[in-house]
Order: sequence, then C-alpha cells, then structure tokens
Amino acid sequence: MTPGTRLLLTALTRPETVAERSLEELDLLVRVARMASLEARLCHLLRDHGVLDTLPDGPRRHLEAAAMVSDRQQDMARWEVAQIHRALYPRGIPVVVLKGAAYVLAGLPCARGRLFTDVDILVPRGALHDTERALFANGWVNQTQDAYDQSYYRRWMHELPPLTHVMRKSTLDVHHTILPPTARLKPDAGRLLADAVPISGVDDLYVLAPVDMVLHSATHLFHDGELEHGLRDLTDLDDLLRHFGQDPDFWPALVARARQMDLIRPLYYGLRYTQAFLSTPIPGTVVEELSDAGPTTPLRPLMDILFHRGLAPHHWCCDDALSGVARWLLYVRSHYLRMPLHLLIPHLVRKAIRKRLQEDSKRTAPVLPRP
Amino acid sequence: MQAGTDIQTLSRILGTTGAVIEIGPFLVRLRSRLDSVAAAVGLHYEHQLRAPDTPFCDFHVRLDRPGGLRRWWKPQARFYLDETSPFKPLPLNQAFPLFEWGLNWCIAQRGHRFLMVHSAVVERDGRALILPGAPGSGKSTLCAALSLSGWRLLSDEFALVELDTGRITPLPRPVSLKNAAIGIIRDRYPGAVLGPETHDTTKGTVAHLKPSADAVERAGDPAEPAWIVFPEFQAGAADRLEPVSRGQALLQLADSAFNYSVLGGRGFEAGAALVENCQSFRLTYGDLNASLKLLNSLAEPRS
Repeated sequence: MTPGTRLLLTALTRPETVAERSLEELDLLVRVARMASLEARLCHLLRDHGVLDTLPDGPRRHLEAAAMVSDRQQDMARWEVAQIHRALYPRGIPVVVLKGAAYVLAGLPCARGRLFTDVDILVPRGALHDTERALFANGWVNQTQDAYDQSYYRRWMHELPPLTHVMRKSTLDVHHTILPPTARLKPDAGRLLADAVPISGVDDLYVLAPVDMVLHSATHLFHDGELEHGLRDLTDLDDLLRHFGQDPDFWPALVARARQMDLIRPLYYGLRYTQAFLSTPIPGTVVEELSDAGPTTPLRPLMDILFHRGLAPHHWCCDDALSGVARWLLYVRSHYLRMPLHLLIPHLVRKAIRKRLQEDSKRTAPVLPRP
Repeated sequence: MQAGTDIQTLSRILGTTGAVIEIGPFLVRLRSRLDSVAAAVGLHYEHQLRAPDTPFCDFHVRLDRPGGLRRWWKPQARFYLDETSPFKPLPLNQAFPLFEWGLNWCIAQRGHRFLMVHSAVVERDGRALILPGAPGSGKSTLCAALSLSGWRLLSDEFALVELDTGRITPLPRPVSLKNAAIGIIRDRYPGAVLGPETHDTTKGTVAHLKPSADAVERAGDPAEPAWIVFPEFQAGAADRLEPVSRGQALLQLADSAFNYSVLGGRGFEAGAALVENCQSFRLTYGDLNASLKLLNSLAEPRS
C-alpha cells in the first residue's frame, strides 16, 4: 500500500489522527480524498470527531466546500426521486431506488457526504417498456444517439441506455436487474423486488432489503463495475456492514441470501477488502463460512495484488509500478465477467476504435460553468 | 522567492517544485516548462510569488505540452489539475490564457465560502462597485479603464461575496481584454502594462492587463459593496444609467452567480443582503468616456 492510500485510509478509520497531521500531509490528504470522491464524507467524519474545527483554514475550507456540494446533491436526488415516483406511480409501476439515492432516502449513515452524479432505479422487467414511455412523457429522454450503443444496452445489458431530463439535465439509470443477463452470475431480480422494503409514507417506492443492499453494493464493485470510485464504493459497503451488522441475525441471513442469489463470490471479495482496507468488523464465523467461497491459491494472491491497487484512489501519489497494469487487468476482468468472449471481443474492439477517434471531442474547452 | 526574481530562476522553479502564486484568498502551485508561461507569470504575478516550499496550496496546476505526435505537429498546451486533465488542449501559444481560464474554473468549483458572482469589481474609498455581466457586456473594458483611473481593481471575473460579512474579498489577477478593447486601453492609458496578444482564441484576440501594485498589495483588504451596475454594451447607443429595483437586481445576480444553487438558503440571504446594501443600476454603454463619467459620478461625494 502506498503512503498516499495509507494517509486517506488512516483518516477514514481513525479520524482523530488527522488533528496531528502537518500542513503538507493535509495538502495531500485533501487531494487524495477529492480524487476518491471522499472529501465530503471525510468532512462529516472529522466534524463528528470534533477534529474539523481544529484544522487550518486552507484544508478545512476545501472539505467544507465539498460537504456543501454533497448536501445540495442530496436535496436534488430527493427531488429527482419524487419526480420519478410522480411519473411512474399512476401507471402502477413499483420503483426500487438503488445505490446513493437509496442510502439518502433510507437515511443510512453512508448517505452523509456521499457524492453522486445520477439516480439509479430498479423496475420489474415486464414494466420496462411502460417505464420508459412514462418517463419520456415526463421529460426523461434517451440521449444515446449511436445505434450500436442502443442495441448493445437493449440486447445485452441489465439497464436501459442512460436517460437525461430535458430541463434539469439530471441522469437516470433504469435497471431491470443488478447484473447483465449475459453475466456469469445469475441473481434473480424477482426476489430482490419481492423483498424490497417500502420507504415509509410513500406508496410503491422501495429500497432493497438490507441483505440485498449489501449484496448489490458488493456485486457492483466486484463483479460488474469499473473501479474509478472503488474506494468510495468500498466505504459504502463498510458503512452498510457496520450499520446492519449490529443486528446479530443479519450475518447468517446475508450468507444464506448470497448463496441463494448466486452472489457468494462478490460477497467474499466485499468482506475481504472492506476488512483489509477499512478494518470492518466481521464475525469470525462468517469469515470461516466463506473460506471456500473465494478463489483458490494461484488466483487468490493475484486478486489481492490487483484489488489492492484497483481499489486505491486513482491519484498519482497512490500509484505504484503495478497500478496501471492492475487497473487494466481489472477492466478486462469486469468485461469478461459481463459477457461471454464471443460477444465481448467484437464489443471491445468497436469501443477501442471509437475511443481513439473520439479521444478529445468529449472534453470541452475551459469555459466557466454556466452560472 | 519574492519579487525581483529573474526569469531564469522563475523558469527553473516552475519546471521543478512549481511556483506558488497567491491570488487573493487562494494559493496556486503552478508547474510548467513552457517559456511563454514563465514570461507571463514573471510579468503579471511578479509581486504575488510566494516561497516554493509553502506547505498547503488550494490548486495544483501544471501546464505542459502533451506527449505523442503533438510534440512536433501543431504543438499544444494542456491544463492539468492535480495531474488530471479536465479540458481540451489548446494551441501552444494559448498556454497563458488557458491557465487563466482553467483557474477560473477551479475557483468556481471550490470557492463555496463565498457567493461567487460572474462580475468585475472595483473599489474607491472603501466602497465597491460590482459590474456583473456576461462575456461581451463590456465589463472587462470598464473594469480595466476604472482600475487605471483612480479605482482599485478587486477582480475582473468574480465578485467574491463573503457569506458572513457581505464584504467583497479581492482577487487581484490580470484583466483579460479582448479584441478592440486591447487597443482602446493601450491608447488611452500609455502607462498600462499589457502582456503579449494571443490571436485566434475562442474569444478572438486576448491580452492581459497587469493589475496595479496597489491592487496586489491590498489583496487582504475587503470592501463594502455599494453599487451594482449591470452593463450592456450597445454600439452607438447613448450612455445612460437607470435604476433597477432590488427584486430585479437579486434575480439577475442569482442568474449570474456560479454557486447560487450550491449555497441554497445561504446564497439567497447573501444575495438579498447585497441588493439591500447597494444601489442598483442598468448601464447602457456605448462610449467609454461617457460611461466612465456616469460611473465616476456615483462615487462623487454628494453636495
């Protein structure tokens, strides 16, 4: 583990130590936390531990600015969800809110300081067509112009192409399950919907049951996602485990559900790396029960090498000589897990060529953000 | 390293640890191996350079040529913020304007202890004149002319309104002049120090006016806002100053603030206090002499 990664992890697990950091160390800590999208979260953590106000103005102001942005994003996420609900409720479509917005609506500890860019929802597969039409009627449009991308999402993915609201420019991902149908693991979305927990006071609006929320978080991180926000997602998982894990019945239910849903491997990784990075308290019996769920010897140390780098903040000071290769291998792995090779290879070749052609057209010239 | 550093020393520092530049409430660590950047920093920021071993900086910026073919073919400059590259590269000769534009973006992303209004600000006798305006409104020309004729430059791009006190924090930086304004200012104020002209940018030709030594020295002195004037350039129009209601002024301020929505209720309160404490006007601006006269009359003691 590089000193930059350690600096951030120590701040997250033992916030009180931040009070003793030199100004040079705080300079680096703020930058690493920013790159990991954990700046606002660190701000809340330091405030809770009475450390924030002891910090010099420079670093403190950056953390506070990030917390303000995150507070506002959460207000906006609540508003977005209310609008989505207003569009879908009259059609009788139940909505399960996922990830960041779900943590905010359920009032979970990991919502504090969580930065996010889009809202994710899950609807029954049979209601997908109706959902898209109802959302369209309310201003959410599909901005994927490219015919290949359209068919790629619709044929192979577990979600619609991302929708953007015409007025607010907010992004919405509509899922019908939590992994692509082509993925190696086959969780049953019907069970997720059946056990979803209603958000109090609102009809037909839900979040996933605690065990499913944890499994989704672990699956997204270790079986599907790109790891750009890896450490942020790992701290979500750590928070969920600490919060739900206070109930002793949670742990056996979690393991049983993981087996039932074919998600035991992502759970294994999730517990292994939250413990390694964030010292998450996990009962010994659970670790023991999962001992056969991980990869066997040649693969296990290799995955450790990869994930220890892939999950570190993507900041130059957290990188070592292997980081680039590790990230690339994890990227390849995530695609390999998503699709069988005969689908994957043509897809990646197409993506690579297009990426070359579009390299810089995605970026904009430095104009001030429109007020 | 302080004022008077020669250009070789500055180039060496820019190419190694980076030079630390104090710009009002922000510290920027800038690294670059580009000669044009060293020359521009030496010219515009010579009195704002701080010790290279300053432990904390707000922004870590690097301006360099991207690698690959572009090293030889139509060379470019790229803006790196903490080694990430948020913008398109620009032609190499636009490196310094790219730094200035990129820095605007950095400040707008992070300066949430202020209500940040897209605006030029000048001060006289402790009272600030705020000139909010979109590009093309003429705010930079007015700001440059005022700052060269008895007003202190607080900022060309941002009115930084302190949330607790309502005062305006100075952000002394070079004033970015575009196209015809460059010649107008050069002719009118022979003592004005302007950097080289950069042609063919997205905004046309750009040249930067160096802030006065006084504006830089007094970067720590905030000013009480007194007037808000919304300039509107209309070629050939008769210059006039018309009062604007407080409600209208607040709506326009909110519209030109970078972080009004981030601040939520506090942004509204800061904006409301600002229009409460200021007289607000709309300036139809056709002739620089006439408009300067109108603006100067605001600050004349009433008889």
